Amino acid sequence: MLKLEARPEASKVMSVMSPVLALAVTVVIGTVLFVLLGKDPMRGLYVFFVEPVKSVYALTELAVKATPLILIALGLAVCFRSNVWNIGAEGQFIVGGIAAAGVAMTADKETGRWIVALVLLAGVFGGMVWAGIVAFLRDRFNANEILVSLMLVYVADQVLGYMVYGPWKDPAGFNFPQTITFLKSTSVPKLFPGFRVNIGLILALIAVAAFWVLLFRTYAGFQLQVGGLAPAAARYAGFSSRRALWTALLLSGGMAGLAGALEVAGPLGQLTPYVPAGYGFAAIIVAYVGRLHPVGIVFSAILMSMFYIGGELAQSRLGLPKSLTGVFQGLLLFTLLACDTLIHYRVRWQAARPAPPKPAAAALVSTAAAATTERAA
Amino acid sequence: MGSITQDSLRLELVNISKQYPAVKANDSVNLRVEPGEIHAVLGENGAGKSTMMKMIYGAVRPDEGEIRWNGQAVNIRNPQEARALGISMVFQHFSLFDTLTAAENVWLGLDKSLTLAEVAQRMTKVEQEYGLEVDPQRPVHTLSVGERQRVEIVRALMTKPKCLILDEPTSVLTPQAVDKLFVVLRKLASEGTSILYISHKLDEIRALCHNCTVLRGGKVTGTVDPRLETNAGLSRLMIGAEPPQLQHIQARLGDVVLAVRGLTLPKEDHFGMNLSDIRFEVRAGEILGIAGVSGNGQQELMAALSGEDTRAPASSIHLFGKDISNHSPRRRRKEGLHFVPEERLGRGAVPTLSLAANTLLTRTEAVASSGWVRTKDVTTLAQELIRRFNVKTGGPDAAAKSLSGGNLQKFIVGREIHADPKLLIVSQPTWGVDVGAAAQIRGELLGLRDKGCALLIVSEELDELFEICDRLVVIAQGKVSPSVATSQATIEMIGEWMSGLWNKTVAKETDHAEA
Amino acid sequence: MESFALLLAATLNAGTVLAFASLGLLINERAGIVNLGAEGMMLVAAVAGYATAVHTGSDWIAFAGGAAAGALLAAAFGVLVIWLNTNQYATGLALSLFGAGFSAFVGIRYTQEKLSERPRFEIPFLSDIPLVGPALFRQHPMVYVAIALTVALAWFLYRSRAGLVLRSIGESPESAHALGYPVRRIRLLAVMVGGALCGVSGAYISVVYTPLWVEGMVAGKGWIALALTTFATWRPARVLLGAYLFGGVTMLQFHLQGEGVQIPSQFLTMMPYLATIIVLVLISRNATFIRVNMPASIGKPFFPGS
Repeated sequence: MLKLEARPEASKVMSVMSPVLALAVTVVIGTVLFVLLGKDPMRGLYVFFVEPVKSVYALTELAVKATPLILIALGLAVCFRSNVWNIGAEGQFIVGGIAAAGVAMTADKETGRWIVALVLLAGVFGGMVWAGIVAFLRDRFNANEILVSLMLVYVADQVLGYMVYGPWKDPAGFNFPQTITFLKSTSVPKLFPGFRVNIGLILALIAVAAFWVLLFRTYAGFQLQVGGLAPAAARYAGFSSRRALWTALLLSGGMAGLAGALEVAGPLGQLTPYVPAGYGFAAIIVAYVGRLHPVGIVFSAILMSMFYIGGELAQSRLGLPKSLTGVFQGLLLFTLLACDTLIHYRVRWQAARPAPPKPAAAALVSTAAAATTERAA
Repeated sequence: MGSITQDSLRLELVNISKQYPAVKANDSVNLRVEPGEIHAVLGENGAGKSTMMKMIYGAVRPDEGEIRWNGQAVNIRNPQEARALGISMVFQHFSLFDTLTAAENVWLGLDKSLTLAEVAQRMTKVEQEYGLEVDPQRPVHTLSVGERQRVEIVRALMTKPKCLILDEPTSVLTPQAVDKLFVVLRKLASEGTSILYISHKLDEIRALCHNCTVLRGGKVTGTVDPRLETNAGLSRLMIGAEPPQLQHIQARLGDVVLAVRGLTLPKEDHFGMNLSDIRFEVRAGEILGIAGVSGNGQQELMAALSGEDTRAPASSIHLFGKDISNHSPRRRRKEGLHFVPEERLGRGAVPTLSLAANTLLTRTEAVASSGWVRTKDVTTLAQELIRRFNVKTGGPDAAAKSLSGGNLQKFIVGREIHADPKLLIVSQPTWGVDVGAAAQIRGELLGLRDKGCALLIVSEELDELFEICDRLVVIAQGKVSPSVATSQATIEMIGEWMSGLWNKTVAKETDHAEA
Repeated sequence: MESFALLLAATLNAGTVLAFASLGLLINERAGIVNLGAEGMMLVAAVAGYATAVHTGSDWIAFAGGAAAGALLAAAFGVLVIWLNTNQYATGLALSLFGAGFSAFVGIRYTQEKLSERPRFEIPFLSDIPLVGPALFRQHPMVYVAIALTVALAWFLYRSRAGLVLRSIGESPESAHALGYPVRRIRLLAVMVGGALCGVSGAYISVVYTPLWVEGMVAGKGWIALALTTFATWRPARVLLGAYLFGGVTMLQFHLQGEGVQIPSQFLTMMPYLATIIVLVLISRNATFIRVNMPASIGKPFFPGS
């Protein structure tokens, strides 16, 4: 029978291979799913893994999707490493978008391009405030950050709804729930004409480097990680768990807010009820599959973007529902967690042990059992 | 005694072996226990005693060999089967549930068929018979450590065991309580119960046990009658040599380094202990030892001194005359106060991080003021500690959890000693550490003291405290006794003080003085 | 007065949804396992229950279908968390994310499907009592089942030996293991029962509460149910009361909208979620109180070998 045996030291090979293995398992399950749905699995895999990288345009679209995922996942990586469970990045994303929209709508025909910086900063600030509520309630009242941050996602969604159905509704918008289309001057500068990818990508790559330095070369990063790995050791060392809490939440809130601002002032160009695209939740998966490591996150963000785009293509080309994306993403995280076991454990075949003469043992145990019942009576 | 035939043995282990991934915990081990015999299993930490017991108790299966019960081979698959045979175990770390009552705890340890009320009744009878009084209706978290052990023992006794296994039972008892336990055990043995007594305390084994199997590195090095052996002889079997002797020089006292006065601190944890008006001093060049049974406030006192707990009342803790009562651990370290906690993995070191990274917990010389960490300097420091303190490990990149207990402790103690502290506080310096490493650590502590550092040691091992400390105090129920020079203290006296009775001794001395 | 009576009745109805889920979560948390996948399990169970009702026409088989779906997902979660020792929070999250995607995927086929005519349940005469009549006697049978379940669970936890064993595992799986109890198997059972009850709750939502299927229709009730177990300090009776309280808050928003109160609808919709935050804050303020009542091993991995 199969047995799990603890490894004396964590396997570095498996640390890298585990996401690959998880992906392989997900692909296998996906193939089975395609067949069950009556579609050609090869076409399905093609749509998910080849089409999104086929052309320059496809690659830039990949970048457009990956940018918010990278930004949010970097912040979440810091959170999860510190054992702060920020599940509400989606809400911080939304509030960042709302704040950004608010600033964007103050622009008029004379405003210069500098307003973009302000718009993005507003997004960061909005996300930080929303995450700050979670930090405050945890710090002051010991309220569980998982549930509070999650509840705030629903609240943020409602606030967005209120704004676009109410005070910010475009009077010339035929009563659709949406704001005005922002002026050209407020839109995030694109990198190349004709493609949607914008400076958000540059920001994301800079952030990857910055977060790497933070986590692995600064004392602050070391303190955060120790806080997550061994809270008693952090206390012994004198690392402030309160500072870790606020740092992790404000950082991740700011990143999520930035992503929201980039989305609203970039591809969307206005505020609608459909701003929350689930990036805040997908980023959780990106963070984990990326091993909570800035470089790994880049790869996993690309992978997840492929799932997104593949899902859209599967809908238009193969007539499959877009929600397939969600299934694959969830499945990937699930299989990753299972495969991660191999980092700390080995799988061994254990031959059945030769049993001593059966009748004697059985007789002994049953006599003893009878004796016990006798004694207890 | 007559010839020992195979059939007259209660329990026998024949060529038992158990292999774990990194180590062969038991290698062709043999054990023979007669009915009514108190049989010691002696060995230092890591010798394989607990693995052997786990196999007898059914928690672990042997890879090779045979276990025989009353002459017949048996296959013990789980603790329930062991209990059915009549084997019962009292653990070193209690298997008790804090939020449940003593009776409920005992009930869970029995195999069905009795109601809770019946269990409570029978408990009282057993308690009275053996002198192990505990109120069945009290929740376990309100019991002292000694009382909790009584619950464990009563739970074992209620299964009417033919073989009772006790794992290091006296580490949580005062010397007086140890004597009382021995009375209980002798009574049980006289009734025909076999007792397996696991310990590394030579004096106890020689006083109590009829027979002794010595383990070293997973193998049996000898089976002797401890009543006929000396400590040196047993020690030779246990570690292959005589216990190492430490050099003592006369203490050269300097100024008062640590002054604690009026330290009263309410407990932080619901299950903790309040500290009450604690007062003592430590001078440069001396070692002050704090003796006491675990659970009497040591944890809380250590946290207050190390800075993990900053709630101490103002002016209750002074370092070189400066009030540090509310300082953080980092600030205290800057002032020269370093601390080694009793938990190595998880508190003194982060298990999954490398030794190099673990130096950063308390040593920040390699961190620039900007916060940038110079990884090269961090590695160099770790290498220096490994070399200087003789730490057996793969290198500075080895994960902390890959080291043996003794080597990790050498590293952690070394990390703090190397920081050139003015005051070093160490909690349980050699707990769970092999004899060789323990001797080295004690030698290092003495060396530090000879150089003029002040040291404060908390330990549950009285022998250790008597060996290296210049003065002793005792902590009991959150209060600390007056201090006494080690040379003028006796084990009996400290034992009494551990029950909080130091006023009696002081009063007696005053009487003598006046007489 | 009439509208108040209906509000009361609706409160019990809404509270029943939360009660089933939260009681299920209470069971596995008492064993020391926290399952953040509640929302995902409820979503999948909702679509499973709905589909079953559409195909079989029977509500009761639908509840069974929902329970089975919940138990199955919980079993997958349980194997990962209990035997492979994966992080409980991350695995539960994965389950919720997967459940959201999977239920949306499977549910597409049922978005336009309608269920057969919904039966009305009422006890004659008694249900006409003013004020409390509708609330107490004009309810779906599952409302009464939830109350009975609460009583049974309380008895189980505090008066039976099996319940004592479960509580002891939740406090210290190491000690329970040392005493010879099959800790992992009991925990898996607890997780699966918890999942089954979350499944019943999910099926209730789609078959009784709002008889239709819409993507994401659970709308956070799984998370609220999680908060409820903490709020109720893991006691069945308090869970039921808390469930009714939240049910009331949820129903209040409809009531207020109906009364023509001039608050934007979004702020009314927010109410249950804000209420959850407020309640969490109030109950968590006293950290010691929580720690004393909480099963001590929640969230921590258990290694029987050590």
